Amino acid sequence: MSNLTINPQLAIKILTGFIKTELNRVGFSKTLMGLSGGLDSAVSLYLSARALGPENVLAMRMPYKTSPQETLDDAQLMIDALGVQSLTVDITPMAEPLINRFEDMTKLRAGNIMARMRMIVLYDQSVAFNGLVMGTSNKTEMLLGYSTVYGDSAAALQPIGDLYKTQVRQLARGLGIPEKILEKAPSADLWDGQTDEGELGFTYEAVDQLLYLLVDQRYSPEACVAEGFERAFVDRVLRLVRMNHFKRIMPPIAKLSQRTIGYDFLYLRDWGT
Amino acid sequence: MKMKIGLAQFNTKLGDVHANLETHLAIIKEARAQEADLLIFPELSLTGYALQDLAVTAALRPHQKDPVFSELLQASQEMDLIIGFVHEDRRHRFYIAAAYLSQGEILHIHNKVYLPTYGMFDEGRFFAWGDSVQAFETRFGRVGMLICEDFWHASLPYLLWLDGADILYFTSASPGRGLNADPRLSSSEWVEHTNRAYAGLFTNFVAHANRVGYEDGLNFWGGSTIFDPDGKLVVRAPDFATDLSVAEIDLDQLNRTRARLPILRDERTNLVQRELERILGNNE
Repeated sequence: MSNLTINPQLAIKILTGFIKTELNRVGFSKTLMGLSGGLDSAVSLYLSARALGPENVLAMRMPYKTSPQETLDDAQLMIDALGVQSLTVDITPMAEPLINRFEDMTKLRAGNIMARMRMIVLYDQSVAFNGLVMGTSNKTEMLLGYSTVYGDSAAALQPIGDLYKTQVRQLARGLGIPEKILEKAPSADLWDGQTDEGELGFTYEAVDQLLYLLVDQRYSPEACVAEGFERAFVDRVLRLVRMNHFKRIMPPIAKLSQRTIGYDFLYLRDWGT
Repeated sequence: MKMKIGLAQFNTKLGDVHANLETHLAIIKEARAQEADLLIFPELSLTGYALQDLAVTAALRPHQKDPVFSELLQASQEMDLIIGFVHEDRRHRFYIAAAYLSQGEILHIHNKVYLPTYGMFDEGRFFAWGDSVQAFETRFGRVGMLICEDFWHASLPYLLWLDGADILYFTSASPGRGLNADPRLSSSEWVEHTNRAYAGLFTNFVAHANRVGYEDGLNFWGGSTIFDPDGKLVVRAPDFATDLSVAEIDLDQLNRTRARLPILRDERTNLVQRELERILGNNE
């Protein structure tokens, strides 16, 4: 077993500094994010409240009609505990007409519509609130592509994008996030009874161990099998990482000129700030 | 002789030399109030680190009439300064460089020799490689300057030591990485161990200024240090905080340590030369 233990206080120091500096240098002091009641958005919320002060953070609850009441209550618990600003926008009247428009609608398509509807609400409120949208994606889901492109993956900053899910849990403990949130089975809550681990077919514990070897430690697939991971599991994870790479990069631009965005027109986002 | 060294840690404005110059002048003023004899700014302190295509527009030609250098040279009348900048040579090659300014003169410029171009680093794409390393005389004795990756290669500090440098001035803009269970990042632990080792192995002073702040997702961890010829920590600036640490060193410590531990006296440079020639020569 690889050691994925992190020092939560050091992570909090670096990440709160990141949130504050990277917002301030582009002229913002406020942030907002969707708060699902799950762990990842809870961690982004707690980090943001520490970095900017709770009055500068807007937690958005955006339920769909099938969202369990419990997730709304859990989100409210954290809103009250931190004293952040909050707003609830029911996405049902916006999402439902599109979902009902097509008879062959699938769970996957409906889930994507909900995720993108939430993105629209967030980006609209970002103008009203004069804040930037804080990302809530972790390294495990980014690598596996377990997200909706232009939906929950849309954000201005990704504070926890280099922490595996099992590390996000450690960070959550360090932030004092309620035990009830920590103990819940991770879920996208796009339909009743959905859980990440049920849908993915493996546990975060197991896949984080494998991803750590493959990505962080640059192990070959064969070396991972030699470490005791099943061949089929290694192959499946590798395939997910590769097939979903498009979600992690900007769309390729067809190069024609002498200087092309992304290839030889290279600047950080922080250019001149 | 005693001297006071200041280590400046701050966040830069990426590619904006004039804004960063103002920050330099403000920190110089602060260091003057603390009676620093020398103030060390980190790598690329006038420009920021991950410049990419900004390297060209942020570059300077260091001379008396350059408007940025003339202000810094004026400030160097009262206090020696080590400045980080992009150095454009006459043939439009761009180097990551450090300049030592003293009493209105540019005493020395070091162009970074080792440009990390692997993993997260891409310096070799945007900058030219420096091709020399040399110690130089200052009013506080003979010293040498190196920039970040330069001192991840043992050969450069070693050459400066043989060239007479009793104080090694290191500058860096080191992105923090390697979060684990420890209270410090593994990259910062590594650099601190290395600097301590150089101080102890060479019976030298080693002063290191590392920047703080963020550029996009990169964090810079600070933690600037001075080690004495016994390898003892003189001062350590805080991690992840804007800071000016000023500490006094006693140059007579070189004498005391080397009387006890004559590593420099016993260094067999002829053997080094002979063996290097054998190892690098084509004698087969």
